[in-house]
Amino acid sequence: MIPASFDYLAPTSVDEALAALAEHGDDAKVLAGGQSLLPILRMRLNAPETVVDLGRIEALRGIRDGGDHIAIGSMTAYSDIVASDLVREHAALLVKAVETVADPQIRHRGTVGGAIVHADPAGDVGAPILALDATMVIAGSGGERTVPATEFFRDLFETAVEDGELLTEIRIPKHTGWGAAYEKFVRVAHQWSIVAVAATVRVEGGSIAEAKVGLTNMGNTPLRASAVEQALVGSSADALADACGAAAEGTNPPSDLNGDADYRRHLATVLTRRAVQKAMEG
Amino acid sequence: MTAVDDRPTTEVGKDRRRKEDQRLITGRTRWTDNIQLPGMLHLAMVRSPFAHAKILSIGTDEAKAAPGVHAVFTGADLADSQGVNINAWPITPDQVTPTHLPVPSERVAHTGEIVAVVVARSAALARDAAELVDVDYEELPAVLDLKEAMKDEVLAHPDAGTNKSAFWQLDSKAAGTGGDVEEAIAKARQDGIVIEREYRQQRLVPAFMEPRSTVVDPTGEQVVIWSATQVPHILRFAIAATMGIPESKVRVIAPDVGGGFGGKLQTTPEEFATIAIARKLGKPCKYTETRSETMVSAHHGRDQWQKMTLAAEKDGTVTALKVDLLADLGAYVAIVGGGVPVLGAWMFNSIYKFPAYQFNCQTVLTNKTWVDAYRGAGRPEATYAIERIMDELAAEVGVDPIAIREKNWITHDEFPFTTVAGMTYDSGNYEAATAKALELFGYDELRAEQKRRRESGDTVQLGLGVSTFTEMCGLAPSRVLGSLSYGAGGWESASIRMLATGTVEVVSGATPHGQGHETAWSQIVADRLGIPFENVEVLHGDTQIAPKGLDTYGSRSLVVGGEALVRAADKVIEKAKPIAAHLLEASVDDLEFEAGQFTVKGTDKGIGITDIALATFAAHNLPDGVEPSIDADATFDPVDFSFPHGTHLCAMEVDTETGQSTMRKYVCVDDIGTIINPLIVEGQIHGGLVQGIAQALWEGAEYDEQGTLVSGSFVDYTLPTAADTINYVSEHTVSPSTTNTLGTKGVGEAGTIASTPAVVNAIVDALRPMGIDDIQMPCTPERVWKAIRTAGAQQDKAPTADAQAHFGEGAPNQDPAAGTTDGAAQ
Repeated sequence: MIPASFDYLAPTSVDEALAALAEHGDDAKVLAGGQSLLPILRMRLNAPETVVDLGRIEALRGIRDGGDHIAIGSMTAYSDIVASDLVREHAALLVKAVETVADPQIRHRGTVGGAIVHADPAGDVGAPILALDATMVIAGSGGERTVPATEFFRDLFETAVEDGELLTEIRIPKHTGWGAAYEKFVRVAHQWSIVAVAATVRVEGGSIAEAKVGLTNMGNTPLRASAVEQALVGSSADALADACGAAAEGTNPPSDLNGDADYRRHLATVLTRRAVQKAMEG
Repeated sequence: MTAVDDRPTTEVGKDRRRKEDQRLITGRTRWTDNIQLPGMLHLAMVRSPFAHAKILSIGTDEAKAAPGVHAVFTGADLADSQGVNINAWPITPDQVTPTHLPVPSERVAHTGEIVAVVVARSAALARDAAELVDVDYEELPAVLDLKEAMKDEVLAHPDAGTNKSAFWQLDSKAAGTGGDVEEAIAKARQDGIVIEREYRQQRLVPAFMEPRSTVVDPTGEQVVIWSATQVPHILRFAIAATMGIPESKVRVIAPDVGGGFGGKLQTTPEEFATIAIARKLGKPCKYTETRSETMVSAHHGRDQWQKMTLAAEKDGTVTALKVDLLADLGAYVAIVGGGVPVLGAWMFNSIYKFPAYQFNCQTVLTNKTWVDAYRGAGRPEATYAIERIMDELAAEVGVDPIAIREKNWITHDEFPFTTVAGMTYDSGNYEAATAKALELFGYDELRAEQKRRRESGDTVQLGLGVSTFTEMCGLAPSRVLGSLSYGAGGWESASIRMLATGTVEVVSGATPHGQGHETAWSQIVADRLGIPFENVEVLHGDTQIAPKGLDTYGSRSLVVGGEALVRAADKVIEKAKPIAAHLLEASVDDLEFEAGQFTVKGTDKGIGITDIALATFAAHNLPDGVEPSIDADATFDPVDFSFPHGTHLCAMEVDTETGQSTMRKYVCVDDIGTIINPLIVEGQIHGGLVQGIAQALWEGAEYDEQGTLVSGSFVDYTLPTAADTINYVSEHTVSPSTTNTLGTKGVGEAGTIASTPAVVNAIVDALRPMGIDDIQMPCTPERVWKAIRTAGAQQDKAPTADAQAHFGEGAPNQDPAAGTTDGAAQ
């Protein structure tokens, strides 16, 4: 597996990276952790003339407390998220989802920002980001702009990040004290999600005060199960099935070797109930 | 000269760590792709994206002009110099066997077939230039589905006039080994039980760890070929037979090889093309495939439909078995492609005493990747079908699956037992293995738990699966192979060289690709000659070092090659004896040999065999007329197969809400005869189990209607990893084989053969109360869920007495389209 030859740039600042992208335009591809781009290059599904590696931009790495939110640099590795007490305390859902990604080697190399911008609907980061109402910080030649996660994912492998722009940070409003669970359904451990459900809930007096539910691989983008979220308010742990029955409403899941759309819709309802149940338990 | 020998004398049975592990596990060995020769060129293949197409033209100008490109070859350029892929086992004299050129020039018959080869200074440059080769194809209609192919409406090879390659039958009445199958079935339809089922063996990819690679050096007097192959000796033969190079001018080396599972017993288009091009250019050439290329061009395994008709008396005593196989060969008849399904002929009857038996096998050509041996080769298919249908019989009679087996199996006091298929099973004890397995498994407690879960309507149901299997190992008595028109013998060779300084070189004709021959062979020789394990060096894999051999497949190495080794060692002792007598000034008749020492009976006079090796090397003082050598070699041709058996028990938890099946417990008790190295055996069993379980649950090569392999990477071909497995309980009973003096039976394939039905039986057992009696493999969660949902919809209908489906003429009782991901039919 040998990729076609390409020029390699390794800028050390965001400005340098943006300048490189401006110069090479369409012919350039951004390399983050490389867990999707490298296989694509090696299988010659894409042959960019220039690869811009963000790996040496320290400013894009790391997790900080932003007061009412947690700010995660786009080049932060999955394994750093899993190891972060800050994220675990204030955005537990993201940790639960990231823990299920592939295997330890991949979690060590793969980055949150890389996964979000690649926007594979079977990836495990989109649904929790969406459910947690995150804000994405995008840098371009004209400066910085922010986009809410709800407007970020546009289509299959397509996001609000335009040519010449970079995702620099993900800001997640603190969900301190919320229970969280990520129910991922796969046939073998290292597989992409067939379907997964990200659920986080705030429980008051044994019933749900607020619920947020994101769906993985139930359409061309990660989805929010808004109808379920509303229906869950006021529910107790033993009466979730009805509210979760609507989980697949408005979805358009794919059909492939792992299951057809019908089966995925069914899985979404079962997994939503299980995710919410687990989230309520902590 | 005498020495007291207080070393332990039994290496056999010791759990020696493998000699080869350090270099294999750390990767510090030289695989074929690591070989670098001065001036070596690199090859990249241009492969067909179409399943069936005429090659109209191939434009190579742009590729030839690309940087670093040395040459570009098409099939027309290679013409007669490229040899031909051989079929060594035509199963019938009139078998339809399309010519299989390594690089065809007129027509491609499956996706991934090579149409041009680019040669460049580096692999990267070759790959870049391969993109510039411009092939103009005219697509032809492709036949992909096995049952569609039987209709001969679309032909995989239009010139052949049919897709049907060969029909092969074994009938017990005709062979005189049993009764009339049709008569017995007709009788059972009157007053007994007839069970008819059709099972599917999906297509699998032998996912060896090291991709195939070939290096050819044509610059010397001999052409030297390094290849990641299981079969260096067979490759050498095939090259000499088809490429016009005298065998004596061909040296094949299989260096350390990273797995094969049957997938590397092929002589491949890639090997022939690399040899042809290296010879044309007069320069060393290397070709190493990518994993994506492995998936479409290395041969696949299994791919059968199995119609089973089992007749029994009302009490469950079996009276007849009829098997109708449809076997997909893919686009070409591979080296033993036609023979693999035929190997099932002697195994479908398994451990049961069927009075009448008939096996029918139709092999069929399609426009898919060729099919050949994959771990087990014919026996897993047979074992799956018989063990599945024995469970159906148990359900029909209303008894436990263990009870139906006990009723019908060969008992230990009936060995040696000649079966209805004409095989003589030498030894075994099914009762003992089963009793041990049941105890280790906690069978009764698990049945009680199953009952509780059923009664409480638990969303997670428990199922228990049984597989009491046997297989035939030690391929093979040459006379038997001859009677089956197989193109070679089944003997194996070993040599022992007694070095002057006390160490020993053993040359093995059986070539390992990860099994641990070096360790096991050392243990056998250490015991036999009474020398330390560490002082034995095992050499293999190079036709110049090990000129005679028939290589490693079919669990044959130890059973056949190990026996050759024993005989060579005995010859060494016999040759050393007169020299020992001479040096001890004693009569040959007064000598005895034990633990490496010749001693004169009744005295303390003795001499070590390594001392004799030194004395022979010096040759200063040998008896008159004795040649100065105690080296020896032996070639062993077995008189019969060996028949390992075992009882495998599996507990599966089935989540009825999602259809997900999770393994709870797996116990196996295998009888593989005498065990040389328990650690190696454990490794073989565990690896074999995972591969068999993977067929039941995960793996499947799937094509779309264009003939593209959809599961063409490990993203979609869901190969399990250690994370998907549980701890297996593996134990043994020992009934030594009587067909070799070591008493060994073979273990390389046992786990794979036995485990698949155990898993599926367990899943079906969990769901049987819902009226479900089959799930097609791989038992994906989706298939299980759909079966549950369909069964639920029919729950109101009471099960009828005629629930035993009967085959309509030519109609399967299982619609291939009902499976969601099977094959090209959808």
